[in-house]
Amino acid sequence: MSTIPTSAATEAAAKRQPTAWQNIKKYVAYKWYEMKKAKTYYFFVLPYALIFITFTVVPVIISIYLSFTTFNLLQPPKFVFIENYYKLFMLDELFIVAIKNTLLLATITGPVGYLLCLMFAWFLNEMPPKFRAVLTLLFYAPALTQASTIFTFIFSGDSQGLLNSVLLRWTLIINPIQWLKNEKTVLPVVIVVIMWLSLGTSFLSFIAGLQGIDREQYEAGAIDGIKNRWQELWFITLPNMKQQLMFGAVMSITGSFGMGSVITSLVGFPSPNYAAHTIVHHLEDYGTVRFEMGYASAIATILFFIMITANKLVQSLLRRVGT
Amino acid sequence: MAAKAMAEKQHKVRRFHFFTQKAGSRVNRSLSGDLGVLIFLLITGALMAIPMVFAIVQSLKPSDELFMFPPRLYVRNPTSQNYADLFRLMSGSWIPFSRYIFNTVMITGVGTFGHIIIASMAAYPLAKYVFPGSKAFSKMVVFSLMFNATVTTIPGYIVMATLGWIDTYWSLIVPAFGMTLGLYLMQSFMSDLHDSLFDAAKIDGAPEGVIFWRIVMPNVKSAWLTLMIFSVQSLWNVNNGMYIYSEPLKTLPYAISQIVSGGIARAGASAAASVIMMIVPIVVFIISQSNVIETMAKSGLKE
Repeated sequence: MSTIPTSAATEAAAKRQPTAWQNIKKYVAYKWYEMKKAKTYYFFVLPYALIFITFTVVPVIISIYLSFTTFNLLQPPKFVFIENYYKLFMLDELFIVAIKNTLLLATITGPVGYLLCLMFAWFLNEMPPKFRAVLTLLFYAPALTQASTIFTFIFSGDSQGLLNSVLLRWTLIINPIQWLKNEKTVLPVVIVVIMWLSLGTSFLSFIAGLQGIDREQYEAGAIDGIKNRWQELWFITLPNMKQQLMFGAVMSITGSFGMGSVITSLVGFPSPNYAAHTIVHHLEDYGTVRFEMGYASAIATILFFIMITANKLVQSLLRRVGT
Repeated sequence: MAAKAMAEKQHKVRRFHFFTQKAGSRVNRSLSGDLGVLIFLLITGALMAIPMVFAIVQSLKPSDELFMFPPRLYVRNPTSQNYADLFRLMSGSWIPFSRYIFNTVMITGVGTFGHIIIASMAAYPLAKYVFPGSKAFSKMVVFSLMFNATVTTIPGYIVMATLGWIDTYWSLIVPAFGMTLGLYLMQSFMSDLHDSLFDAAKIDGAPEGVIFWRIVMPNVKSAWLTLMIFSVQSLWNVNNGMYIYSEPLKTLPYAISQIVSGGIARAGASAAASVIMMIVPIVVFIISQSNVIETMAKSGLKE
């Protein structure tokens, strides 16, 4: 049902309607006015924004750019397009090992660590306040101090090591096991230590989320027929702390993919037969030892996209909690 | 009928909740379940604590006990010899030990203080007002929580070199000012402040700077303490990174790692060293614990 307007009417309409250019000008003028009004706010944000842009945003952009070049810090970068990526995936066997180890570590320590955080936070929340404060400190202390070096005493390869001595005394083993030097035991040991360190920021966030839930909801739930603590957890507690669940997931994922220094402090770099070689180690190797900056940037860029993808995936999963 | 059943349930609740009573009496809890949770927490808590207790015990052992087989989880003749050894080893080094301590304390102190001020300054307008670019900036900050600083080490070095900050304190301190987690937590905490707090001051014509210092900052003390614990935790363990080369600028964790790498002869001293490194973050956390929980309660990831 379209009517064909007369030419006079269209001309009049064209006069009334501002052109696209005029619209843009108006929009810009309005934004400029708003910005001038917010001058003080910009002044407040400026110092942080400068630091954030210089040390976070710009490096990410440079990293993506450098990943398409070869660069050794002395000569200017030479553009090679996707050669670095081709080499990484097709020719660099160690990189495939690193990806495997990283994904293995992340898929074990990430979800398990996350669930441990949630479980301990939930249990702690049932305790009286004083007791809760003490236990919180006890559980958070490992992540707080990052004291992974202690484990070199425990997993020490001679009979003086705590674990070896216990196993020897119970005659479960005859000779001490070289926990930190044997390629078969390295990865399990690393996983245990990362677990021990895993009750970190997300753990605190969960405790906080649990304490923020209105008690009346539980009473209302009991009247509505919730019978035990498990139903309470699924139907009331978790949906109420969704924001903390999201935040905790981001912290856990970012942490579990970025594990590097903890592993190095335990089993050294490179680890025995590269058994605990992660993407972070590969990056360190090319970036700080071999100075192949373009290649290292390609590794960093891949790690960057893996982290972002994992985060987005898990967030879309968590949105379904309690629905 | 229903009312009677409910009343019975309420009664049960009161009878069986002697140890959750203080936290506010709760429904749907059985005594056996509560005891189970308690026992579970105590056992896992003990397991979590073993490595730390072991480190403390090791640091107090005289050398004959240190190398005894099998190693014990307790000490017979506690001694402070290991700590004395540690300081003797340290003072024998080329750079006085106090220099390393000064470096770490200075970096931690200045970095934390600056981080709290700069992050709060940015958080206040981002949390309370909408202006062109504010939403985009907040989104960028949340996005940056999703990756780790390791991915930017190489370009980070190039940026530092361009600024001429290689081998200066700045290279460790200034990036710490810009920690994203801090801004994020502060912003979430501030957006929960009630607008009526500022309205009166605004009507009286107070400039934003005054509102920020006199009204906003005193109201977000728990958030400061939270930023403090996260900042101290990361800066206290800073191990030179890639940016520091000259010995007088190096930090305590570096100095201690040099001692520890001395091997078996220094087992006692290295245990003492790891205990010393643990103390500071733990003390800071004990001071700020309840505030940290309060801040985290207000900062979920809103979607």
